[in-house]
Amino acid sequence: MMELLQYEFIRNAIMAGILASISCGIIGVYVVVKRIVFISGGIAHASFGGIGLGYYLGINPILGVLPFSIASALSMGWVSKRSRLPEDTAIGILWAMGMSIGIILVSLTPGYAPDLMTYLFGNILTVPFSDIVLMLVLDAIIILVVYSFYKEFLALCFDEEFATVRGVHAERLYLVLLCLIALTIVVLIRVVGIILVIALLTVPAAMSRQFTSNLKKMMMLSILFGAVFSSGGIWLSYLFDVPSGATIVLVMSVVYMLYSFVKGISS
Amino acid sequence: MNMTADVVVIKDVWVHYDSVPVLEDINLVIKEQDFLGIIGVNGGGKSTLLKVILGLIKPSKGTVRVFGDTPQISRKYVGYVPQYSLFDLEFPVSVWEVVLMGRLGHTGLLKRYSEEDKKAALDALAKMDMLEYKDRQVGKLSGGQQHRVFIARALAANPKLLLLDEPAAGIDTIIQEEFYELLEKLKTKMAIVLVSHDISAVSVYVDKIACLNHRLYYHDSKELTAEDLEATYHCPVELIAHGVPHRVLKKH
Repeated sequence: MMELLQYEFIRNAIMAGILASISCGIIGVYVVVKRIVFISGGIAHASFGGIGLGYYLGINPILGVLPFSIASALSMGWVSKRSRLPEDTAIGILWAMGMSIGIILVSLTPGYAPDLMTYLFGNILTVPFSDIVLMLVLDAIIILVVYSFYKEFLALCFDEEFATVRGVHAERLYLVLLCLIALTIVVLIRVVGIILVIALLTVPAAMSRQFTSNLKKMMMLSILFGAVFSSGGIWLSYLFDVPSGATIVLVMSVVYMLYSFVKGISS
Repeated sequence: MNMTADVVVIKDVWVHYDSVPVLEDINLVIKEQDFLGIIGVNGGGKSTLLKVILGLIKPSKGTVRVFGDTPQISRKYVGYVPQYSLFDLEFPVSVWEVVLMGRLGHTGLLKRYSEEDKKAALDALAKMDMLEYKDRQVGKLSGGQQHRVFIARALAANPKLLLLDEPAAGIDTIIQEEFYELLEKLKTKMAIVLVSHDISAVSVYVDKIACLNHRLYYHDSKELTAEDLEATYHCPVELIAHGVPHRVLKKH
């Protein structure tokens, strides 16, 4: 593996993998313990509208995703809390709506849409340095917000009603959490793509839960798992010349399933 | 606040869910050091009434004053023990972290818990005899122990009013007895309101009883008339007031 590191694109890929692991390690823990996997998947898929917007406006699609994913996070949070629709119905509708907007905007864009597949399924081997800088900035924002509101987030995830009674603005804080999920999705798109984002948000966190009952330690461990899995996936995808995003997700899922299987037998 | 101040004053309060009334024309005054039990069938609005006092539910009509202010403002003086069954016991959180949550309203945003917060949390844990389990994950405790943790969380805020929703559910009789003895001690320092669907669990210990089935039947005392109980439980009820064990038999 060492000789691979002389290539710049491999170094970028590994750096992107680690930056992605940081954000999904921290936010994934909240997604798993608060059981908001479905709404996170919804935000991710609806963000495809942002990709379409980027193509349509002729800008870097990632810059289109940023506002679009924040907007979908806010509207999903708002609709799921305030509207009379059942939460999962509301999420399902917005999920498909965002993707449809994306498809229409891409089709309205004259000419051929290059690397559309990259955004759907990720390609960590083609991450440009500018995107790494963006990932770094988003990671910094995520860390800063979580550090500042750590005790409120913990109370919100554990017992929203009690948090409210103790004076926490639970609904606003929940929307902040959804926005952090949106930012995490932007960080992850380059790595595994919109469709596979949900694996990175859940597998490392779910696995770390097996080893500790402390939220902070869970975050550290899932960052570590994410980094190891994504580096392993990059190496395997280079070795066998298969898509990197799918390989990373498969490595994670297989390891997690094997671990659960072995644990199930031994207990 | 002087000694005779009213803790909670509820006037002509109505609550509707989707235009179906859940609470109808509620009038209730809770005084300092009251130990009030509210009984009634499930779905009769007991939890809703507590949530109105906490300011979690806005009444569609009527006024609620807690310590002379709106429920939202007075929340910091109110301790709340929600229904036990609502917790995710897999949640990765320790006893200590849970009890500290009781201090959130005193700490403020962007700050770590202060020494004062930690001292209040320690005191609350000691009061509930749970200090030795401080670092345990909440899900790894027995039902009775978890129950104490959630009471400790409410006490950590040093409340002047303590609201308990179905506190006796899910704990066995011996622990229940200990629990009511604890409330006996606490009631010298705060007003206590507990709601339950189980008359027998409540009636022995509380000082005053109200019946709630959308409407509230309350005479500022421990006395209930047969009509009150009938209105609450929708069936003839025979009260055995001083038998041992205390209980209410229903005739169907």
